[in-house]
Amino acid sequence: MMRTAFSARISFAPFRATRNLFVAGGILLLAACANTLPARGTADLATIIARATGEVAILDTSTRQFTGIVDGLGDLSHASIVYSRDGRFAFVFGRDGGLTKVDILQHRIVDRTLQAGNSIGGAISQDGRLVAVANYEPGGVRVFDSETLELLADIPATIDGSSDRSKVIGLVDAPGNRFIFSLWDSGEIWIADFSTGNEPKISRYKDIGTQPYDALITSDGRYYIAGLFGEDGMALLDLWHPENGVRRILDHYGMGEERLPVYKMPHLEGWAIAGKRAFVPAIGRHEVLVIDTENWQKIGRIPVHGQPVFVMAHPDNRHVWVNFSVPDYDTVQIIDTENLAIVGELKPGTGVLHMEFSPRGDQIWLSVRDNNKVVGYNPYTLQPIAELPLPSPSGIFMSDRAGRIGL
Amino acid sequence: MSILRKSLAGISTAIALTAINPAQAENGISTRTPDALEQMVRQDCGSCHGLTFKGGLGSPLLPENLAAYSVEDLAQIILEGLPGTAMPPWRAIVTRDEATWMARYLKTGEPE
Repeated sequence: MMRTAFSARISFAPFRATRNLFVAGGILLLAACANTLPARGTADLATIIARATGEVAILDTSTRQFTGIVDGLGDLSHASIVYSRDGRFAFVFGRDGGLTKVDILQHRIVDRTLQAGNSIGGAISQDGRLVAVANYEPGGVRVFDSETLELLADIPATIDGSSDRSKVIGLVDAPGNRFIFSLWDSGEIWIADFSTGNEPKISRYKDIGTQPYDALITSDGRYYIAGLFGEDGMALLDLWHPENGVRRILDHYGMGEERLPVYKMPHLEGWAIAGKRAFVPAIGRHEVLVIDTENWQKIGRIPVHGQPVFVMAHPDNRHVWVNFSVPDYDTVQIIDTENLAIVGELKPGTGVLHMEFSPRGDQIWLSVRDNNKVVGYNPYTLQPIAELPLPSPSGIFMSDRAGRIGL
Repeated sequence: MSILRKSLAGISTAIALTAINPAQAENGISTRTPDALEQMVRQDCGSCHGLTFKGGLGSPLLPENLAAYSVEDLAQIILEGLPGTAMPPWRAIVTRDEATWMARYLKTGEPE
């Protein structure tokens, strides 16, 4: 439409000078029409899941405002997001098997596929070409072209060659265009290696332990660590030496002899590693455990307010922030990584589900589910910097995840 | 400095709160409104079972999935958990009345 108007204007222009003026104006108009994007980067943007309404809000951490909300993303209970390697597109993994590609500058759905019946999360490959989804039903991993969302590979999580399938958890990307994931029902870790194309080479590690419930990969992409729900300890795979197999670490990590109720599975993705110390949510206990990452031995335990869910390191590594499961999820505590003391506490509201730092750590954003708000703080002064309404917010995902291994 | 001050103030509140919750559950006094209970079932049970109860790490909880269980059975599972699975006993923070309300809500979608 604008193109037609533009031509018409030119033909009616009586003088060359006037015509040139119109041409210049028309080009500006055309530019604005063909590309409605403001000229801006995405590195200060975050996406936030509104789990009950199936929406994703886009947060501008510079202006501390939402720039847009995208709806129609289905069941977003336990949803998560990874980014395209240019940081412009968010891939949203919904509980209902929905995989949605969202343009966070234009605030619109680019593509969407219902790829399974029940899903838990996903990952994007090192080269940005592949998006993988971990599925509960049907149990396995499906891999899609990140441009078109075309299905490229289907990896059923079969148990012992039978038709039975396991739920898949703890799916991450690893260097060398690999995806790594764990099988909840059969206690295995699998590597799907896509370094030679769309036909993955699968390596299976059996008997890693009972009921792996979540996993993480260290930020250098070397260690894949799965938490075990069914027994104490964690399963560690050293990706520098996959030939050495999976070994058990932290034999006393877990519920111990006195099994305590676990109201919410701790998340391992945000595992905080500050210096050579890792800070890990204990299972069931009101503790954060401190692990020496050189020998993977427990070197301390910090009593905290409730059952920890996320333990997140500030980008400057001086503090870790901890949130908690129901019924203690009105509180966030801050631990000094040097002396292991609790040095701060916030009560932002009820149902603090997730925390995310800005890339350089000048801000932290918390989603407060039952108060239908997202709150930003200055993590040094603990003063609020913004409070934005959003129905039932959960996961917050800074776009700098686009450049980070395992996120 | 300001971090430390907030910490001290916060910790005393925290201790008071944790002390209240289990006591209420053990006494069997329901302090949650139906809205709060519905929110808890949808959101907190939904963490594992899905917001729409179609299942996740936990089994689906739609009425057709629960046909074989009575309200009493389900309330008992909520309170005592299912040993050997990830389903925890909720009795420390949920009363029997609340568990019964939740069970009825799940079975019928109409708790009252």
